[in-house]
Amino acid sequence: MDQTLEIRWHGRGGQGAKTAALLLADVAFMTGKNVQGFPEYGPERMGAPITAFNRISAFPIRVHSNIYEPDYVAVVDETLLASVHVTDGLSPEGAIIINTPKSAEEIRGKLQGYTGRVITIDARGISEETLGKNFPNTPMLAAVVAVTGVMEKDAFFAQMQDSFAHKFAKKPQVIEGNMKALKMAYYVAEKATEKQ
Amino acid sequence: MSQEPIRERMSGNEAVAEAIRQVNPDVMPAFPITPSTEIPQMVSSFIAGGKVDTEFIPVESEHSAMSAAIGSESAGARTMTATSSAGLALMWEELLLAASNRLPIVLTLVNRTLSGPININCDHSDGMGARDTGWIQIYAENNQEVYDNYIQAFPIAEDARVHLPVMICQDGFITSHAVENINLLPDQPVKDFVGTYEPEEFLLNPGKPIAVGPYSISAYAMEAKRAQAEAMENAAEVILEVAKRFEEMSGRSYGFFESYRMEDADYCMLIMGSAAGTAKQAVDEMREEGKKVGVLKLRVFRPFPEKQIAEALKNCKAVAIMDRCESYNGNCGPLGSEVTAGLYRNKVNLEAVCYTYGLAGRDFTTTHVKEIFGALQSLVEEGKKIPHNQYIGLRTKK
Repeated sequence: MDQTLEIRWHGRGGQGAKTAALLLADVAFMTGKNVQGFPEYGPERMGAPITAFNRISAFPIRVHSNIYEPDYVAVVDETLLASVHVTDGLSPEGAIIINTPKSAEEIRGKLQGYTGRVITIDARGISEETLGKNFPNTPMLAAVVAVTGVMEKDAFFAQMQDSFAHKFAKKPQVIEGNMKALKMAYYVAEKATEKQ
Repeated sequence: MSQEPIRERMSGNEAVAEAIRQVNPDVMPAFPITPSTEIPQMVSSFIAGGKVDTEFIPVESEHSAMSAAIGSESAGARTMTATSSAGLALMWEELLLAASNRLPIVLTLVNRTLSGPININCDHSDGMGARDTGWIQIYAENNQEVYDNYIQAFPIAEDARVHLPVMICQDGFITSHAVENINLLPDQPVKDFVGTYEPEEFLLNPGKPIAVGPYSISAYAMEAKRAQAEAMENAAEVILEVAKRFEEMSGRSYGFFESYRMEDADYCMLIMGSAAGTAKQAVDEMREEGKKVGVLKLRVFRPFPEKQIAEALKNCKAVAIMDRCESYNGNCGPLGSEVTAGLYRNKVNLEAVCYTYGLAGRDFTTTHVKEIFGALQSLVEEGKKIPHNQYIGLRTKK
Protein backbone atom coordinates (compact mmCIF):
# COMPACT_ATOMS: atom_id res chain seq x y z
CA MET A 1 0.00 0.00 0.00
CA ASP A 2 2.78 2.39 0.93
CA GLN A 3 4.53 3.32 -2.30
CA THR A 4 5.66 6.75 -1.15
CA LEU A 5 9.27 7.64 -1.87
CA GLU A 6 10.74 9.40 1.17
CA ILE A 7 13.88 11.56 1.07
CA ARG A 8 15.59 13.39 3.92
CA TRP A 9 17.99 16.28 3.33
CA HIS A 10 20.68 17.38 5.77
CA GLY A 11 22.32 20.75 5.46
CA ARG A 12 23.22 23.85 7.37
CA GLY A 13 21.05 26.96 7.63
CA GLY A 14 21.72 29.19 4.63
CA GLN A 15 23.10 26.44 2.35
CA GLY A 16 19.85 25.80 0.56
CA ALA A 17 18.89 22.26 1.64
CA LYS A 18 15.31 23.52 1.96
CA THR A 19 15.47 25.07 -1.51
CA ALA A 20 16.82 21.81 -2.92
CA ALA A 21 13.91 19.90 -1.34
CA LEU A 22 11.42 22.39 -2.79
CA LEU A 23 13.08 22.13 -6.22
CA LEU A 24 12.84 18.35 -6.08
CA ALA A 25 9.15 18.63 -5.14
CA ASP A 26 8.69 20.90 -8.15
CA VAL A 27 10.41 18.49 -10.52
CA ALA A 28 8.39 15.52 -9.29
CA PHE A 29 5.18 17.55 -9.48
CA MET A 30 5.90 18.20 -13.16
CA THR A 31 5.94 14.44 -13.78
CA GLY A 32 2.38 14.21 -12.48
CA LYS A 33 3.21 12.98 -9.00
CA ASN A 34 1.83 14.01 -5.65
CA VAL A 35 4.55 15.74 -3.69
CA GLN A 36 5.52 17.16 -0.35
CA GLY A 37 8.57 19.35 0.31
CA PHE A 38 9.07 20.88 3.73
CA PRO A 39 11.76 22.03 6.12
CA GLU A 40 12.20 21.46 9.83
CA TYR A 41 13.36 24.62 11.52
CA GLY A 42 15.55 24.41 14.57
CA PRO A 43 17.45 27.41 15.84
CA GLU A 44 17.06 30.19 13.27
CA ARG A 45 20.68 30.96 12.50
CA MET A 46 23.12 30.55 9.65
CA GLY A 47 25.16 27.37 9.87
CA ALA A 48 22.94 25.43 12.30
CA PRO A 49 22.10 21.89 11.13
CA ILE A 50 18.71 21.75 9.43
CA THR A 51 16.70 19.01 7.80
CA ALA A 52 14.27 19.13 4.92
CA PHE A 53 12.03 16.40 3.59
CA ASN A 54 10.36 15.11 0.44
CA ARG A 55 7.56 12.65 -0.06
CA ILE A 56 6.73 11.67 -3.63
CA SER A 57 3.83 9.38 -4.47
CA ALA A 58 1.36 8.37 -7.13
CA PHE A 59 -1.34 8.77 -4.47
CA PRO A 60 -2.40 11.78 -2.37
CA ILE A 61 -0.03 12.28 0.58
CA ARG A 62 -1.69 12.81 3.95
CA VAL A 63 1.04 12.21 6.53
CA HIS A 64 2.30 15.45 8.05
CA SER A 65 5.20 14.26 10.14
CA ASN A 66 8.95 14.24 9.61
CA ILE A 67 10.62 11.29 7.91
CA TYR A 68 12.33 8.77 10.20
CA GLU A 69 12.84 5.85 7.78
CA PRO A 70 13.85 7.51 4.50
CA ASP A 71 14.51 5.67 1.26
CA TYR A 72 17.24 8.17 0.46
CA VAL A 73 19.32 10.71 2.34
CA ALA A 74 21.08 13.70 0.78
CA VAL A 75 23.83 15.49 2.71
CA VAL A 76 24.61 18.97 1.42
CA ASP A 77 27.48 19.59 3.88
CA GLU A 78 30.05 16.89 4.57
CA THR A 79 31.04 18.38 7.94
CA LEU A 80 27.63 17.31 9.31
CA LEU A 81 28.84 13.71 9.30
CA ALA A 82 30.86 14.50 12.44
CA SER A 83 27.84 15.64 14.47
CA VAL A 84 24.60 14.31 12.94
CA HIS A 85 23.64 10.64 12.52
CA VAL A 86 22.56 11.18 8.94
CA THR A 87 21.93 7.49 8.23
CA ASP A 88 19.41 7.03 11.10
CA GLY A 89 16.56 4.89 9.80
CA LEU A 90 17.89 4.95 6.23
CA SER A 91 16.82 1.95 4.16
CA PRO A 92 19.74 -0.32 3.16
CA GLU A 93 17.89 -0.73 -0.16
CA GLY A 94 18.20 3.01 -0.74
CA ALA A 95 21.26 5.22 -0.85
CA ILE A 96 22.99 8.17 0.74
CA ILE A 97 24.19 11.00 -1.50
CA ILE A 98 26.93 13.18 -0.03
CA ASN A 99 28.47 16.42 -1.24
CA THR A 100 32.21 15.71 -0.93
CA PRO A 101 35.28 15.47 -3.13
CA LYS A 102 36.15 12.19 -1.34
CA SER A 103 35.37 8.73 -2.64
CA ALA A 104 32.56 6.54 -1.34
CA GLU A 105 35.16 4.23 0.24
CA GLU A 106 36.71 7.10 2.18
CA ILE A 107 33.32 8.29 3.45
CA ARG A 108 31.71 4.97 4.37
CA GLY A 109 33.61 4.72 7.65
CA LYS A 110 31.81 7.82 8.93
CA LEU A 111 28.32 6.42 8.26
CA GLN A 112 27.59 4.42 11.43
CA GLY A 113 27.91 1.08 9.62
CA TYR A 114 25.45 1.90 6.84
CA THR A 115 25.43 -1.02 4.39
CA GLY A 116 23.56 0.50 1.45
CA ARG A 117 24.89 2.46 -1.50
CA VAL A 118 27.05 5.50 -0.85
CA ILE A 119 27.15 8.05 -3.68
CA THR A 120 29.62 10.90 -3.38
CA ILE A 121 29.36 13.96 -5.55
CA ASP A 122 31.69 16.95 -5.54
CA ALA A 123 28.85 19.45 -5.78
CA ARG A 124 31.06 22.24 -4.56
CA GLY A 125 33.78 21.48 -7.15
CA ILE A 126 31.21 21.20 -9.95
CA SER A 127 29.52 24.43 -8.91
CA GLU A 128 32.81 26.34 -8.67
CA GLU A 129 33.90 25.01 -12.06
CA THR A 130 30.66 25.83 -13.87
CA LEU A 131 29.32 28.84 -11.95
CA GLY A 132 32.46 30.22 -10.35
CA LYS A 133 30.77 30.07 -6.93
CA ASN A 134 29.75 27.49 -4.36
CA PHE A 135 26.04 26.82 -5.03
CA PRO A 136 25.77 23.11 -4.23
CA ASN A 137 21.96 23.01 -4.70
CA THR A 138 21.75 22.40 -8.41
CA PRO A 139 24.35 19.61 -8.55
CA MET A 140 22.84 17.96 -5.44
CA LEU A 141 19.37 18.06 -6.97
CA ALA A 142 20.69 16.46 -10.18
CA ALA A 143 22.49 13.75 -8.20
CA VAL A 144 19.34 12.96 -6.20
CA VAL A 145 17.25 12.72 -9.39
CA ALA A 146 19.89 10.45 -11.00
CA VAL A 147 20.15 8.13 -7.98
CA THR A 148 16.44 7.92 -7.13
CA GLY A 149 15.24 7.76 -10.73
CA VAL A 150 12.31 9.95 -9.72
CA MET A 151 12.24 11.46 -13.21
CA GLU A 152 13.51 10.44 -16.63
CA LYS A 153 16.76 12.18 -17.66
CA ASP A 154 15.69 14.12 -20.78
CA ALA A 155 12.45 15.28 -19.21
CA PHE A 156 14.40 16.42 -16.14
CA PHE A 157 16.88 18.42 -18.22
CA ALA A 158 14.09 20.01 -20.30
CA GLN A 159 12.13 20.85 -17.16
CA MET A 160 15.13 22.44 -15.46
CA GLN A 161 16.01 24.42 -18.59
CA ASP A 162 12.50 25.94 -18.46
CA SER A 163 12.66 26.53 -14.76
CA PHE A 164 16.10 28.25 -14.94
CA ALA A 165 14.88 30.40 -17.86
CA HIS A 166 12.01 31.52 -15.63
CA LYS A 167 14.06 31.89 -12.42
CA PHE A 168 16.95 33.73 -14.09
CA ALA A 169 14.90 35.81 -16.54
CA LYS A 170 16.93 38.86 -15.50
CA LYS A 171 20.26 37.02 -15.41
CA PRO A 172 20.17 34.82 -18.56
CA GLN A 173 23.99 34.53 -18.54
CA VAL A 174 23.84 32.10 -15.60
CA ILE A 175 21.41 29.66 -17.24
CA GLU A 176 24.10 27.88 -19.25
CA GLY A 177 26.38 27.45 -16.23
CA ASN A 178 23.52 26.03 -14.17
CA MET A 179 22.57 23.56 -16.90
CA LYS A 180 26.22 22.52 -17.18
CA ALA A 181 26.42 21.97 -13.41
CA LEU A 182 23.18 20.01 -13.52
CA LYS A 183 24.32 17.69 -16.31
CA MET A 184 27.82 17.15 -14.94
CA ALA A 185 26.42 16.15 -11.55
CA TYR A 186 23.75 13.98 -13.12
CA TYR A 187 26.27 11.95 -15.14
CA VAL A 188 28.71 11.58 -12.23
CA ALA A 189 25.92 10.33 -9.96
CA GLU A 190 24.48 8.07 -12.66
CA LYS A 191 27.87 6.46 -13.17
CA ALA A 192 28.47 6.08 -9.43
CA THR A 193 25.04 4.43 -9.08
CA GLU A 194 25.77 1.93 -11.87
CA LYS A 195 29.04 0.93 -10.21
CA GLN A 196 27.42 -0.07 -6.92
CA MET B 1 -21.53 23.24 -12.38
CA SER B 2 -18.25 22.04 -10.95
CA GLN B 3 -15.16 23.85 -12.23
CA GLU B 4 -12.23 22.14 -13.95
CA PRO B 5 -9.49 22.15 -11.27
CA ILE B 6 -6.17 23.90 -11.91
CA ARG B 7 -3.45 21.46 -10.82
CA GLU B 8 -0.74 23.32 -8.90
CA ARG B 9 1.74 22.91 -6.07
CA MET B 10 2.36 25.48 -3.38
CA SER B 11 2.72 26.02 0.34
CA GLY B 12 -0.19 26.72 2.68
CA ASN B 13 0.82 30.38 2.94
CA GLU B 14 0.97 30.65 -0.85
CA ALA B 15 -2.47 29.03 -1.04
CA VAL B 16 -3.93 31.68 1.29
CA ALA B 17 -2.21 34.44 -0.69
CA GLU B 18 -3.65 33.01 -3.90
CA ALA B 19 -7.15 33.02 -2.39
CA ILE B 20 -6.62 36.63 -1.26
CA ARG B 21 -5.52 37.58 -4.79
CA GLN B 22 -8.71 36.02 -6.17
CA VAL B 23 -11.00 37.61 -3.58
CA ASN B 24 -9.21 40.99 -3.85
CA PRO B 25 -10.40 42.41 -0.50
CA ASP B 26 -10.49 46.19 0.01
CA VAL B 27 -8.12 46.58 2.95
CA MET B 28 -5.32 44.63 4.67
CA PRO B 29 -3.75 46.08 7.80
CA ALA B 30 -0.98 43.72 8.95
CA PHE B 31 2.14 43.38 11.06
CA PRO B 32 4.60 40.55 10.31
CA ILE B 33 5.15 37.56 12.61
CA THR B 34 6.56 34.11 11.83
CA PRO B 35 5.13 31.88 10.36
CA SER B 36 2.40 34.08 8.87
CA THR B 37 4.72 36.83 7.55
CA GLU B 38 4.76 35.45 4.01
CA ILE B 39 1.05 36.22 3.60
CA PRO B 40 1.21 40.04 3.92
CA GLN B 41 4.53 39.87 2.07
CA MET B 42 2.93 38.12 -0.92
CA VAL B 43 -0.11 40.40 -0.82
CA SER B 44 2.25 43.40 -0.87
CA SER B 45 3.87 42.06 -4.02
CA PHE B 46 0.43 41.51 -5.61
CA ILE B 47 -0.35 45.15 -4.83
CA ALA B 48 3.00 46.30 -6.23
CA GLY B 49 2.38 44.22 -9.37
CA GLY B 50 -1.11 45.62 -9.84
CA LYS B 51 -2.74 42.19 -9.40
CA VAL B 52 -5.06 43.44 -6.63
CA ASP B 53 -6.21 46.89 -5.61
CA THR B 54 -6.23 46.11 -1.89
CA GLU B 55 -5.18 48.99 0.36
CA PHE B 56 -2.30 47.75 2.53
CA ILE B 57 -1.94 49.50 5.88
CA PRO B 58 1.47 48.97 7.49
CA VAL B 59 1.11 49.28 11.25
CA GLU B 60 3.46 49.17 14.24
CA SER B 61 1.86 46.22 16.05
CA GLU B 62 -0.86 43.59 15.81
CA HIS B 63 -2.91 45.61 18.31
CA SER B 64 -2.95 48.34 15.67
CA ALA B 65 -3.51 45.86 12.83
CA MET B 66 -6.78 44.69 14.38
CA SER B 67 -7.71 48.25 15.38
CA ALA B 68 -7.25 49.39 11.78
CA ALA B 69 -9.23 46.36 10.57
CA ILE B 70 -12.09 47.33 12.88
CA GLY B 71 -12.00 50.88 11.54
CA SER B 72 -12.00 49.94 7.90
CA GLU B 73 -14.61 47.20 8.25
CA SER B 74 -16.85 49.63 10.17
CA ALA B 75 -16.43 52.07 7.29
CA GLY B 76 -17.85 49.43 4.95
CA ALA B 77 -14.66 48.02 3.44
CA ARG B 78 -14.05 44.26 3.10
CA THR B 79 -11.07 43.78 5.42
CA MET B 80 -8.69 40.95 6.24
CA THR B 81 -5.42 40.42 8.07
CA ALA B 82 -3.02 37.64 9.02
CA THR B 83 -1.11 36.77 12.18
CA SER B 84 0.30 34.06 14.45
CA SER B 85 0.98 33.34 18.11
CA ALA B 86 1.94 36.44 20.13
CA GLY B 87 0.51 38.57 17.31
CA LEU B 88 -2.95 37.15 17.98
CA ALA B 89 -2.41 37.52 21.73
CA LEU B 90 -1.63 41.21 21.26
CA MET B 91 -4.89 41.58 19.29
CA TRP B 92 -6.94 40.10 22.10
CA GLU B 93 -8.81 43.20 23.21
CA GLU B 94 -9.61 44.10 19.59
CA LEU B 95 -10.72 40.57 18.73
CA LEU B 96 -13.58 41.01 21.21
CA LEU B 97 -14.42 44.43 19.76
CA ALA B 98 -14.47 43.07 16.20
CA ALA B 99 -16.90 40.34 17.18
CA SER B 100 -19.16 42.42 19.44
CA ASN B 101 -19.38 45.20 16.86
CA ARG B 102 -20.43 42.43 14.46
CA LEU B 103 -17.73 43.16 11.92
CA PRO B 104 -17.18 40.39 9.33
CA ILE B 105 -13.37 40.68 9.25
CA VAL B 106 -11.44 37.63 7.98
CA LEU B 107 -8.22 36.80 9.81
CA THR B 108 -5.95 34.04 8.64
CA LEU B 109 -4.20 32.52 11.63
CA VAL B 110 -1.07 30.48 11.02
CA ASN B 111 -1.06 28.54 14.26
CA ARG B 112 2.07 28.84 16.38
CA THR B 113 2.68 28.21 20.05
CA LEU B 114 2.60 30.98 22.66
CA SER B 115 5.64 31.73 24.80
CA GLY B 116 7.23 30.36 26.79
CA PRO B 117 9.58 28.85 26.18
CA ILE B 118 9.85 31.06 23.14
CA ASN B 119 9.44 28.86 20.08
CA ILE B 120 8.26 29.48 16.52
CA ASN B 121 6.61 26.13 15.77
CA CYS B 122 3.07 24.87 15.61
CA ASP B 123 0.52 24.22 18.23
CA HIS B 124 -3.00 25.53 18.70
CA SER B 125 -2.51 27.63 21.86
CA ASP B 126 -2.92 30.89 19.95
CA GLY B 127 -6.26 29.97 18.35
CA MET B 128 -7.51 28.20 21.47
CA GLY B 129 -6.62 31.24 23.58
CA ALA B 130 -9.03 33.24 21.41
CA ARG B 131 -11.79 30.63 21.49
CA ASP B 132 -14.17 32.73 23.57
CA THR B 133 -13.64 36.04 21.76
CA GLY B 134 -16.71 35.53 19.56
CA TRP B 135 -14.89 34.67 16.33
CA ILE B 136 -15.90 31.80 14.10
CA GLN B 137 -12.93 29.41 13.87
CA ILE B 138 -12.29 26.99 11.02
CA TYR B 139 -9.22 24.71 11.00
CA ALA B 140 -7.53 23.07 8.00
CA GLU B 141 -5.67 19.79 7.44
CA ASN B 142 -3.60 20.96 4.45
CA ASN B 143 -3.05 23.70 1.85
CA GLN B 144 -6.15 22.65 -0.10
CA GLU B 145 -8.42 23.03 2.89
CA VAL B 146 -7.03 26.37 4.00
CA TYR B 147 -7.51 27.69 0.45
CA ASP B 148 -11.07 26.37 0.30
CA ASN B 149 -11.91 27.57 3.82
CA TYR B 150 -10.57 31.04 3.05
CA ILE B 151 -12.86 31.46 0.06
CA GLN B 152 -15.83 30.32 2.14
CA ALA B 153 -14.95 32.70 5.02
CA PHE B 154 -16.34 35.86 3.41
CA PRO B 155 -19.86 34.61 2.56
CA ILE B 156 -20.09 33.10 6.06
CA ALA B 157 -18.90 36.25 7.87
CA GLU B 158 -20.93 38.70 5.79
CA ASP B 159 -24.24 36.80 5.87
CA ALA B 160 -26.92 39.01 7.48
CA ARG B 161 -27.78 36.21 9.93
CA VAL B 162 -24.18 36.09 11.12
CA HIS B 163 -22.16 39.32 10.84
CA LEU B 164 -19.24 37.91 12.77
CA PRO B 165 -15.51 37.81 12.11
CA VAL B 166 -13.94 34.55 10.93
CA MET B 167 -10.57 33.04 11.78
CA ILE B 168 -9.19 30.70 9.12
CA CYS B 169 -6.53 28.54 10.79
CA GLN B 170 -3.72 26.37 9.48
CA ASP B 171 -0.75 24.71 11.17
CA GLY B 172 2.39 26.85 11.22
CA PHE B 173 5.27 25.44 9.16
CA ILE B 174 3.68 21.98 8.93
CA THR B 175 1.29 23.20 6.25
CA SER B 176 2.13 26.92 5.96
CA HIS B 177 5.65 26.17 4.71
CA ALA B 178 5.14 22.74 3.10
CA VAL B 179 4.78 22.60 -0.66
CA GLU B 180 2.07 20.13 -1.63
CA ASN B 181 -0.28 19.50 -4.54
CA ILE B 182 -3.41 21.62 -4.67
CA ASN B 183 -6.36 22.11 -7.01
CA LEU B 184 -7.06 25.80 -7.51
CA LEU B 185 -10.23 27.36 -8.84
CA PRO B 186 -10.30 29.85 -11.71
CA ASP B 187 -10.48 33.52 -10.67
CA GLN B 188 -13.95 34.41 -11.94
CA PRO B 189 -15.95 31.65 -10.21
CA VAL B 190 -14.20 32.55 -6.93
CA LYS B 191 -15.06 36.22 -7.39
CA ASP B 192 -18.66 35.32 -8.21
CA PHE B 193 -18.82 32.98 -5.21
CA VAL B 194 -17.63 35.64 -2.80
CA GLY B 195 -19.60 38.42 -4.51
CA THR B 196 -19.44 42.15 -3.88
CA TYR B 197 -19.47 43.27 -0.26
CA GLU B 198 -22.59 45.27 0.39
CA PRO B 199 -22.95 45.89 4.13
CA GLU B 200 -26.46 46.78 5.25
CA GLU B 201 -25.09 49.51 7.52
CA PHE B 202 -21.73 51.20 7.71
CA LEU B 203 -20.07 54.32 9.09
CA LEU B 204 -19.32 56.23 5.89
CA ASN B 205 -22.94 56.33 4.86
CA PRO B 206 -24.18 59.95 5.11
CA GLY B 207 -27.83 59.09 4.46
CA LYS B 208 -27.99 56.51 7.25
CA PRO B 209 -25.73 57.39 10.17
CA ILE B 210 -24.86 54.77 12.79
CA ALA B 211 -22.70 54.64 15.90
CA VAL B 212 -20.09 51.90 16.28
CA GLY B 213 -18.88 50.87 19.71
CA PRO B 214 -20.75 53.32 21.98
CA TYR B 215 -21.16 52.79 25.72
CA SER B 216 -24.07 50.55 26.57
CA ILE B 217 -25.75 50.76 29.95
CA SER B 218 -26.59 47.59 31.86
CA ALA B 219 -30.21 47.88 30.82
CA TYR B 220 -29.19 47.02 27.23
CA ALA B 221 -25.69 45.50 27.19
CA MET B 222 -26.82 42.00 28.07
CA GLU B 223 -29.23 41.91 25.13
CA ALA B 224 -26.38 42.91 22.82
CA LYS B 225 -24.33 39.98 24.11
CA ARG B 226 -27.26 37.61 23.72
CA ALA B 227 -27.76 38.80 20.13
CA GLN B 228 -24.10 38.11 19.47
CA ALA B 229 -24.46 34.60 20.87
CA GLU B 230 -27.47 34.02 18.60
CA ALA B 231 -25.41 35.15 15.61
CA MET B 232 -22.87 32.45 16.49
CA GLU B 233 -25.68 29.88 16.68
CA ASN B 234 -26.94 31.06 13.27
CA ALA B 235 -23.45 30.66 11.85
CA ALA B 236 -23.84 26.88 12.00
CA GLU B 237 -26.52 26.71 9.30
CA VAL B 238 -24.79 29.38 7.22
CA ILE B 239 -21.50 27.44 7.31
CA LEU B 240 -23.32 24.40 5.91
CA GLU B 241 -25.14 26.43 3.24
CA VAL B 242 -21.91 28.04 2.08
CA ALA B 243 -20.18 24.63 2.07
CA LYS B 244 -22.94 23.25 -0.15
CA ARG B 245 -22.61 26.13 -2.58
CA PHE B 246 -18.83 25.67 -2.51
CA GLU B 247 -19.22 21.99 -3.34
CA GLU B 248 -21.33 22.87 -6.36
CA MET B 249 -18.48 25.05 -7.61
CA SER B 250 -15.47 22.94 -6.64
CA GLY B 251 -16.70 19.37 -6.21
CA ARG B 252 -15.12 19.39 -2.74
CA SER B 253 -17.38 18.71 0.20
CA TYR B 254 -17.12 20.26 3.68
CA GLY B 255 -19.08 20.11 6.93
CA PHE B 256 -18.48 20.76 10.63
CA PHE B 257 -16.12 17.82 10.58
CA GLU B 258 -14.95 14.96 8.40
CA SER B 259 -15.84 11.41 9.45
CA TYR B 260 -13.14 9.11 8.15
CA ARG B 261 -13.87 5.36 8.21
CA MET B 262 -16.27 5.96 11.09
CA GLU B 263 -19.23 3.86 9.79
CA ASP B 264 -18.42 0.82 11.92
CA ALA B 265 -15.58 2.21 14.04
CA ASP B 266 -15.28 1.05 17.65
CA TYR B 267 -12.43 3.45 18.37
CA CYS B 268 -12.17 7.04 17.22
CA MET B 269 -9.48 9.69 17.24
CA LEU B 270 -10.95 13.20 17.34
CA ILE B 271 -8.35 15.63 16.06
CA MET B 272 -7.92 18.99 14.28
CA GLY B 273 -5.45 20.33 11.74
CA SER B 274 -2.56 18.74 9.88
CA ALA B 275 -2.21 15.81 12.29
CA ALA B 276 -5.59 14.51 11.05
CA GLY B 277 -3.89 13.43 7.81
CA THR B 278 -1.31 11.46 9.78
CA ALA B 279 -4.15 9.87 11.78
CA LYS B 280 -5.99 8.87 8.58
CA GLN B 281 -2.87 7.19 7.20
CA ALA B 282 -2.46 5.21 10.44
CA VAL B 283 -6.16 4.28 10.39
CA ASP B 284 -5.80 2.87 6.86
CA GLU B 285 -2.85 0.76 7.98
CA MET B 286 -4.73 -0.49 11.05
CA ARG B 287 -7.83 -1.26 8.99
CA GLU B 288 -5.63 -3.58 6.87
CA GLU B 289 -5.08 -5.51 10.12
CA GLY B 290 -8.81 -5.64 10.77
CA LYS B 291 -8.94 -2.98 13.50
CA LYS B 292 -12.18 -1.01 13.60
CA VAL B 293 -10.75 2.47 13.92
CA GLY B 294 -11.72 5.85 12.51
CA VAL B 295 -10.96 9.56 12.61
CA LEU B 296 -13.24 12.48 13.32
CA LYS B 297 -11.45 15.55 12.00
CA LEU B 298 -12.97 18.69 13.46
CA ARG B 299 -13.06 21.57 10.98
CA VAL B 300 -15.38 24.05 12.68
CA PHE B 301 -14.40 24.73 16.30
CA ARG B 302 -16.58 27.86 16.66
CA PRO B 303 -19.52 27.48 16.62
CA PHE B 304 -18.86 24.19 18.40
CA PRO B 305 -20.91 21.38 16.79
CA GLU B 306 -21.58 19.59 20.06
CA LYS B 307 -24.71 17.65 19.07
CA GLN B 308 -23.26 16.48 15.77
CA ILE B 309 -20.06 15.26 17.44
CA ALA B 310 -22.05 13.36 20.07
CA GLU B 311 -24.16 11.80 17.33
CA ALA B 312 -21.05 10.79 15.34
CA LEU B 313 -19.50 9.12 18.40
CA LYS B 314 -22.59 7.41 19.83
CA ASN B 315 -21.76 3.94 18.49
CA CYS B 316 -18.06 4.00 19.42
CA LYS B 317 -16.60 2.27 22.47
CA ALA B 318 -13.88 4.84 23.10
CA VAL B 319 -12.59 8.14 21.76
CA ALA B 320 -9.17 9.75 22.04
CA ILE B 321 -9.62 13.54 22.09
CA MET B 322 -6.47 15.20 20.83
CA ASP B 323 -5.48 18.67 22.01
CA ARG B 324 -2.54 20.50 20.47
CA CYS B 325 -2.78 22.91 23.39
CA GLU B 326 -2.34 22.84 27.17
CA SER B 327 -5.09 24.43 29.28
CA TYR B 328 -3.21 24.23 32.60
CA ASN B 329 -6.49 23.34 34.32
CA GLY B 330 -5.26 20.07 35.77
CA ASN B 331 -7.54 18.07 33.52
CA CYS B 332 -7.31 18.36 29.75
CA GLY B 333 -7.15 20.76 26.81
CA PRO B 334 -10.07 22.80 25.43
CA LEU B 335 -11.16 20.18 22.91
CA GLY B 336 -11.17 17.53 25.63
CA SER B 337 -13.29 19.73 27.92
CA GLU B 338 -15.82 20.69 25.27
CA VAL B 339 -16.21 17.27 23.69
CA THR B 340 -16.66 15.47 27.01
CA ALA B 341 -19.17 18.11 28.19
CA GLY B 342 -21.04 17.67 24.90
CA LEU B 343 -21.13 13.89 25.26
CA TYR B 344 -22.61 14.25 28.76
CA ARG B 345 -25.23 16.79 27.72
CA ASN B 346 -26.27 14.61 24.79
CA LYS B 347 -26.34 11.48 26.96
CA VAL B 348 -23.73 9.64 24.92
CA ASN B 349 -21.67 7.46 27.21
CA LEU B 350 -18.32 6.14 26.06
CA GLU B 351 -14.74 6.05 27.27
CA ALA B 352 -13.04 9.36 26.51
CA VAL B 353 -9.28 9.76 26.90
CA CYS B 354 -7.81 13.24 26.45
CA TYR B 355 -4.34 13.48 24.96
CA THR B 356 -2.03 16.48 24.67
CA TYR B 357 0.25 16.23 21.64
CA GLY B 358 2.44 18.26 19.33
CA LEU B 359 3.16 21.22 21.59
CA ALA B 360 5.62 23.78 20.18
CA GLY B 361 6.16 21.75 17.03
CA ARG B 362 6.73 18.32 18.66
CA ASP B 363 6.30 15.85 15.83
CA PHE B 364 3.22 13.60 15.77
CA THR B 365 3.55 10.35 13.84
CA THR B 366 1.53 7.33 12.70
CA THR B 367 3.34 5.38 15.46
CA HIS B 368 1.77 7.71 18.05
CA VAL B 369 -1.67 7.21 16.50
CA LYS B 370 -1.32 3.42 16.66
CA GLU B 371 -0.09 3.58 20.26
CA ILE B 372 -3.16 5.61 21.24
CA PHE B 373 -5.61 3.26 19.51
CA GLY B 374 -3.82 0.37 21.27
CA ALA B 375 -4.37 2.09 24.62
CA LEU B 376 -8.09 2.65 23.88
CA GLN B 377 -8.47 -0.99 22.93
CA SER B 378 -6.80 -2.29 26.10
CA LEU B 379 -8.91 0.11 28.18
CA VAL B 380 -12.15 -1.26 26.70
CA GLU B 381 -11.33 -4.89 26.00
CA GLU B 382 -9.00 -5.75 28.90
CA GLY B 383 -10.30 -3.22 31.41
CA LYS B 384 -6.78 -1.86 31.76
CA LYS B 385 -6.64 1.29 33.85
CA ILE B 386 -5.09 4.21 31.98
CA PRO B 387 -5.01 7.92 32.87
CA HIS B 388 -7.85 9.79 31.19
CA ASN B 389 -5.59 12.79 30.67
CA GLN B 390 -2.15 12.17 29.26
CA TYR B 391 0.65 13.36 26.99
CA ILE B 392 1.91 11.59 23.87
CA GLY B 393 5.34 12.12 22.34
CA LEU B 394 7.09 13.39 25.48
CA ARG B 395 10.81 12.72 25.84
CA THR B 396 11.50 10.04 28.42
CA LYS B 397 14.50 9.78 30.71
CA LYS B 398 17.14 7.43 29.37
